[in-house]
Amino acid sequence: MRRDVQKNLLLHGGVLVALFALQFVLPAYHHGNVARIMVLATYAMGYNLLFGYVDLLSLGHAVFFAAGLYGMGIAVSHLGVSAPLGLMIGVLAGGVVGAIIGALALRTEGVAFMIVTLMFAQAGYLIILYFGEITRGDEGFVIQQVDRLFFGGDLSDPFIRYYAAFTVFCISFLSILALLHSPFGKTLIAIRENQERAVMLGYNVMRFKLLAVIFSAALSALAGATYGLLFGYVGASFASVQYSIFPLLWVLLGGAGTALGPLVGVFFMFYLIDISSGMTTAYMLVAGVVLVGLTLFAPQGLMGEIRRRFWRWLP
Amino acid sequence: MTKPKTTQTTRRGALKTLALGGGAAATLPLWARYTSAQTAAPVKVGFQVHRTGIGAAYGRWYDRTTTAAAALINEQGGINGRPIEIVAEDDGTDPKRGAEVVEKFVSQHQCDVGFGTLFSHVVIGSAPRAGELKLPYFVVSEGHHVASGMLNRYTLQPGITDVKSQVQAMAPFVAENLGKKVTMIFPDFAFGHDHRDFFTAAIEAQGGEVLEHIAIPPTETSFTKYFPKIPRDTEVIYHVMVGPAVLTFVKELGEFFGPSRPEIFGFIDSLEAVDIASPGLEFLDGTYFWEGNPRYAQDNQSDYDAFFRARVGVDANGASISDPKDVSTYAHMFGCWETLHVIKAGMEAAGYQSAADRGKLIEAVEAIEEMPHSNAYPQGAKIFNGKTHQVFGHQYISKVVDGKLLLVHTTSIEDTLYPDEVDYTTQPL
Repeated sequence: MRRDVQKNLLLHGGVLVALFALQFVLPAYHHGNVARIMVLATYAMGYNLLFGYVDLLSLGHAVFFAAGLYGMGIAVSHLGVSAPLGLMIGVLAGGVVGAIIGALALRTEGVAFMIVTLMFAQAGYLIILYFGEITRGDEGFVIQQVDRLFFGGDLSDPFIRYYAAFTVFCISFLSILALLHSPFGKTLIAIRENQERAVMLGYNVMRFKLLAVIFSAALSALAGATYGLLFGYVGASFASVQYSIFPLLWVLLGGAGTALGPLVGVFFMFYLIDISSGMTTAYMLVAGVVLVGLTLFAPQGLMGEIRRRFWRWLP
Repeated sequence: MTKPKTTQTTRRGALKTLALGGGAAATLPLWARYTSAQTAAPVKVGFQVHRTGIGAAYGRWYDRTTTAAAALINEQGGINGRPIEIVAEDDGTDPKRGAEVVEKFVSQHQCDVGFGTLFSHVVIGSAPRAGELKLPYFVVSEGHHVASGMLNRYTLQPGITDVKSQVQAMAPFVAENLGKKVTMIFPDFAFGHDHRDFFTAAIEAQGGEVLEHIAIPPTETSFTKYFPKIPRDTEVIYHVMVGPAVLTFVKELGEFFGPSRPEIFGFIDSLEAVDIASPGLEFLDGTYFWEGNPRYAQDNQSDYDAFFRARVGVDANGASISDPKDVSTYAHMFGCWETLHVIKAGMEAAGYQSAADRGKLIEAVEAIEEMPHSNAYPQGAKIFNGKTHQVFGHQYISKVVDGKLLLVHTTSIEDTLYPDEVDYTTQPL
């Protein structure tokens, strides 16, 4: 048991060190890509918390990502608040939206939960379009460089952007790991494994699930707000159904219910599209075939498969 | 004590020098070829193309036009004696991917400029990265986002007019020829809101008024329930719809009015890449459309338009020469052709040699004032505003007659002008 903890520390610590060190060796293009991947992996981790550890399959997480994106964007661009405060407002917006949607959607289960979350996300998308005067609807708006100063650091600078993305990723990653090892996290896993038994043991399952939705939504919103600040754009396309499907794909590919799965999934998917689009115009076909292959031969995702075959101690 | 260096020529030294000199002379052709290759290296133009996603129909024709323009420029000797090379990357009509593609142009393909984006959300999502990476980013989008001051000094729109100038130039014709009481039907998102705001102000300036604004939600698939909102005393219906439900919209509008209808004025965006003679569109006969460039070759067609059609492979009906059912996006795609010629003119004026001259290129394009009607600018003469990075040009109004678009009015460039909203030249390079 103790040896497993050591292995975990070594692996996860090694991944963080590697991510930190990569910035010194990567060429410019991949440097920017890895910064983007870390932000999107934060989004995927938020999704994985709900899907991988509580077994709640949401099809509407884009609404949380967008809540963070627009919460930050509107606060910074229209209300003139600073970037750090904007980031906090974004996370808060995601948490509040998560609490409202969670309180309503958790009254359903299974397929109904998927449909209800999908509908809420669509409603969120249409709200963004409806209030076009503020949100600039489908076009979106730019966060100007002067508004992207974070305690004096210019987030449009490649190295500061990388550090910011790395910091956000680290905080989220370590929070998830800490949460999984806390009584709260263990209760969530217990609910996933056998909800009836958790109820019988006296746990208020609804309360735990709601807290998980809020935490997952806040993490997704953190990713959204960070994305807007680092890349200077806020737009409705991030609230579209496509961006609800992406985290599901990333987590399925990387391995649902594994701490590293979201990062691996985003890395894999990002470079699959990037490399195949350089080879053929039918890159979506290539991506589709690879995804089908992975689903057939590694149904638990890449990290899930590694855990099953080699490292059973992976969290 | 140090030994003094000898400067005497020895036999061995002389032989070495001769051998080196001989070797260099023997390999001179190789070096000369290398030097020549350096100076004749292509000018790389990163082409952000909508190959997939909702912009794919436009992307296909933007691609063909760009390929044709690049071939022409290369036949004419390229840019500063260097051939032009188009490096195309699909952005999936998605702003996130668009920004990634811009990064790819700069740091992986080593492109000199970025070019060709149409959909506004992709432009707005990509422009911040282009500005940060100091990549001259020439968009062909129609959006007012460039001239509104939202973007940055590295983003320019020199090959196509923006929606604000197009819409305001329509108002005098509508008020004088069709009527002054207008009902507007538009999609309920930013593109539609631009039409609503700019046209309402412009028609009021002509002494007209908008009786009703009917905003259609973007996910709508049936429109019949909206038509009873059209006031009875409406003289003109102004419509601009986009997306897959456009045909349904036009057909249902025809069914609603039957034979007695008010005048109808629309933007061809509603029917780009769609055959006007399609079944169900008979109702459009006698209605009017804005066109960025007349799709059908007119009786008084300019030699420049004929040249442009022939080079891109478009017939007199605005469809592909190889497939008459493949209707082009003729009202917009000339923008790619003209923008590439602006890039050529700017690079030649700036003496552009490498990426280090990108700032000079921006300044050279900002200094362009007039573009004469020519093979390089076949849509018509234009005026470029270096401060707002936006071009202004003639707009065309056509009437549907026997299933074809007949040009009935050409606006002046002055009709399209409006006060500057930004001065990008004050921003640092």
